[in-house]
Amino acid sequence: MQYETVIGLEVHVQLDINTKAFCGCSIEFGKPANTQVCPICLGLPGVLPVLNEKFLQYAMRAALALNCTVANFLKFDRKHYYYPDLPKNYQISQYDKPLAANGHLQIKIETGQKKIRILRVHMEEDAGKLIHTKDASLVDLNRTGTPLIEIVSQPDISSAAEAYTYLTRLKSILEYLEISDCDMEKGSLRCDANISLRPQGHTTLGTKAEVKNMNSFKGVRDALNYEIIRQEKTLREGGTIIQETRLWNEEKQKTFSMRSKEEAHDYRYIPDPDLVPFVIEKEAIEKARRELPELPQAKKERLIKDYSLSDYDAGILSADKQLAIYFEDAAQNYKQPKIICNWLMSDIMSYLNTNNIPIKKLKEVLPIDKLVAMLKLIDNNTISGKIAKQVLPEMLKTGKDTSVIIKEKNLSQITDAGVIESVINEVINENEKVVEEVKSGKDKALMFLVGQVMKKTRGKANPRMVNSLIKKKLEV
Amino acid sequence: MELTALTAHKLLKLLSENEVSPEEVASAYLKRIEAVDKKLNSFAHIDPDEVLKKAKKIKGGKLKGLPIAVKDNFCVKGQLTTCSSKILKGFRPPYNATVIDKLEQEGALILGNLNMDEFAFGSSCETSCYGPTRNPWNIDYAPGGSSGGSAASVAARLTPWSLGSDTGGSIRQPASLCGVVGLKPTYGRVSRYGLIAFASSLDQIGPLTQNVEDAALLMNIISGYDKKDSTSVNTAVPDYLKSFTGDIKGIKIGIPKEYFISGIDPDVKDTVTKAIDILKKLGASVDEISLPHTEYAVATYYIVAPGEASSNLARFDGMHYGHRTNNLKKGTDNALIDMYSKTRGEGFGDEAKRRILLGTYVLSSGYYDAYYLKALKVRTKIAEDFSKAFKNFDCIVTPTSPTGAFKIGEKTSDPLSMYLSDIFTISANLAGIPAMSVPCGFTSGNLPVGLQILGKPFDEEMLFKVTHAYQQITDWHTRVPAGCK
Amino acid sequence: MAINKDTIKYVAKLSRIELEESTLEDFTSQIGRILTYIEKLNQLDTENTVPTSHAVELKNVFRKDENTPSLENQAALSNAPEQENGHFKVPKII
Repeated sequence: MQYETVIGLEVHVQLDINTKAFCGCSIEFGKPANTQVCPICLGLPGVLPVLNEKFLQYAMRAALALNCTVANFLKFDRKHYYYPDLPKNYQISQYDKPLAANGHLQIKIETGQKKIRILRVHMEEDAGKLIHTKDASLVDLNRTGTPLIEIVSQPDISSAAEAYTYLTRLKSILEYLEISDCDMEKGSLRCDANISLRPQGHTTLGTKAEVKNMNSFKGVRDALNYEIIRQEKTLREGGTIIQETRLWNEEKQKTFSMRSKEEAHDYRYIPDPDLVPFVIEKEAIEKARRELPELPQAKKERLIKDYSLSDYDAGILSADKQLAIYFEDAAQNYKQPKIICNWLMSDIMSYLNTNNIPIKKLKEVLPIDKLVAMLKLIDNNTISGKIAKQVLPEMLKTGKDTSVIIKEKNLSQITDAGVIESVINEVINENEKVVEEVKSGKDKALMFLVGQVMKKTRGKANPRMVNSLIKKKLEV
Repeated sequence: MELTALTAHKLLKLLSENEVSPEEVASAYLKRIEAVDKKLNSFAHIDPDEVLKKAKKIKGGKLKGLPIAVKDNFCVKGQLTTCSSKILKGFRPPYNATVIDKLEQEGALILGNLNMDEFAFGSSCETSCYGPTRNPWNIDYAPGGSSGGSAASVAARLTPWSLGSDTGGSIRQPASLCGVVGLKPTYGRVSRYGLIAFASSLDQIGPLTQNVEDAALLMNIISGYDKKDSTSVNTAVPDYLKSFTGDIKGIKIGIPKEYFISGIDPDVKDTVTKAIDILKKLGASVDEISLPHTEYAVATYYIVAPGEASSNLARFDGMHYGHRTNNLKKGTDNALIDMYSKTRGEGFGDEAKRRILLGTYVLSSGYYDAYYLKALKVRTKIAEDFSKAFKNFDCIVTPTSPTGAFKIGEKTSDPLSMYLSDIFTISANLAGIPAMSVPCGFTSGNLPVGLQILGKPFDEEMLFKVTHAYQQITDWHTRVPAGCK
Repeated sequence: MAINKDTIKYVAKLSRIELEESTLEDFTSQIGRILTYIEKLNQLDTENTVPTSHAVELKNVFRKDENTPSLENQAALSNAPEQENGHFKVPKII
């Protein structure tokens, strides 16, 4: 019997605004413990929440970009559970009137495009953080009250790879919206997965496990792949899957049951009496929709159309908003977009990757005018493409202009026929046998001689001139 | 001249004219509290040295150093605020409630925090962890509650005035039972920021005073929109002192027949009927009306209020502040749950526990619709009764409480009978409308009786106008309990 | 609706309140009586009634995304039963 995998993802995204969801404390990451707290986010007796206007605006942007229907009426509810990182022992969240529902996200899979439906997008506040020492747990409430959106997909995802693609796509869209830095390591994007297996062709869902504690997209993929194997093995051996929460252990590359003894959840949702309902007029929703920036798919299509890029190139460039912007800015100043694209996708990206430089820093490490200047030096034969490949990492590292590096390292191209001829003479004298072969018409031998000249000039001779001067000299 | 015998208005006049200093006034009250409050137990926390220190520095504002005491559920920065509960033992808020800020900006001197039913759960001020407050009119009797300390302290002139909170009658019922004026403003009129919540959708802060002029003055200071409270309403606040036109001719008063049913003490009925006659004499037109859903108010309230309370009180767990158990067994496999349960088991009194359990039950999975949602719907019907009545009437007059004060211990073993003592006050909270209790006489046992007057949302002026006119030709509000003279 | 000791036990657990056995019995009968009283609401037809969760109808109350001062660390921890290194200290969570 073949099994098929059913996965639904719950993604929590911290929104990148100045202050918390319901108070004026900063949400900046990495501050000393309990220094970004006030009576409100500490949940002290007597305090009241007031909704951050931008929280709703940003959340609405996300919902619209995910093709959701934004609700006209929304309210906030209290979700009750006891935990030391949740000082009120309830979380302000949304229950039966979420911000938005019924969206979808298009992902690219091997066989084409696939639509992953989005069940709902709702707003809630984050909890604090716990640090465990030998004999106690320590609570830091800086994160408490940070604005979150939860994006819940339908169980439309059929493999770990699809889950990975979905997350990548989601991240790309959120980055385009500029509402979150989506950094899983910092916890600004978190993902829990519900996964179950069922016999191929069946329509009822199997018992699911909820997998948590993945802290990278790769972790999600690995955890899901592990779960698929675990569940399939269990089923094949005639066992049953237990509905439970399992934690991914990155080090051991396994999921483990939480073996939680706590009672079944009874969250006792009630409408939060301290917050009023929110009514979003149709016009406001339409205005927000109109004001959405160009999203990855549209960007890709436009790159193909405007710059005659291939589907593949446009796909890669558009997946990252900053990269796409860099490309377009460069293309304004240098009219051969394909060449820019090639440089970006090969040498530049590989330098960034090796040196762990985020793409958003690209403009700083390689200002567009510097890149364009380099490309023009290639065009006017000051340097060869090969030399440029040497110069580029130096430019990225030091921030110096191409021309400065060329001068410092004496790398400019030799186009003086006299100089080239004297080197050719040397090479001819040293390679009599090869010269004979050239004269008898062997192209390969000619290439060898060109190579020798280039070697002697350390790549600086203009290859085309070398080629033609040798031919002239040997009268072939 | 006995300073503590004066109304807030009169004291303010002396302070304004520099006839007395804030320090002299504060000392007079501290001395009186020292002498009288041993019997009454109306204060939960008072720090005389601190009060005198502040009195020396205080000046200006509209209140010029005039003292005030507040219920023990108002957060006062750096001062003990405990809701008269063991679970908040030692809690000193690092912030001020909005009303405290407003008072201090106007030069009020906070004397201390007043005793209350634990977390405002009660109608007798007996559930406090500091022991019961006693009724100044007869110390064998309860002062009512939950703002029992707020009412008793004003009645006994231990403070010129006080603040309380009212979730189902907690200002008006003790005001009635102690013979003082108590006002629950319209929901949203006064910011709740810094009032430790009981039931957020019902709670409202209000004044307890010797007369309606003082109540109006205090309302002028504490009312108004607060951007820290999403449920406070952004409408202009009138000068309530200007409500006193003295003329109530032609004002239409409705008397709901459901408030004069069996179970009401005949003395209360007589006293209130006489008061209504006086209003008639003053030219008001009085007609019987019906508020048909009155009998469902208590049941509705005892779902909504404990439901919200169980949520609001979830935060008291000994993790970040307040009482934490010392009886934790080492090495229990769920130390966390154990700590929560022991801390809360030790920290809350029985009535708080009952309400939390009741509230948790009505919100728990499978029961929400049958209880909580049902109650929210009946709440709509109760509110509609009032909005219909107010189409034809300017205000509604009823007794505040079906009886005078009851004895300490009389109702503690029967929670339901205690709940039913709020039968006339609860509806105003469910509907969010303003309601006021003013002294209107005494029972045959010489215990005060209160007259309740309810108005349209944000029409506190009507309540002031009518009660002021009433006070012009009666003197019930000037009576002081004999033992406290 | 009939409630018994198990109901109260369950609700006490949900509310994280430890109860003595004798209290449990008292509460069961007291809360039972209150719930019986509350049943009178079922006399009313509320089929077409909208629930009221706020006494005064308000909507769209926001604050601007502007910083207000946070508390100093020691002020934030000033009421903490136990603290360590600027953190609230709680029993070890396994």
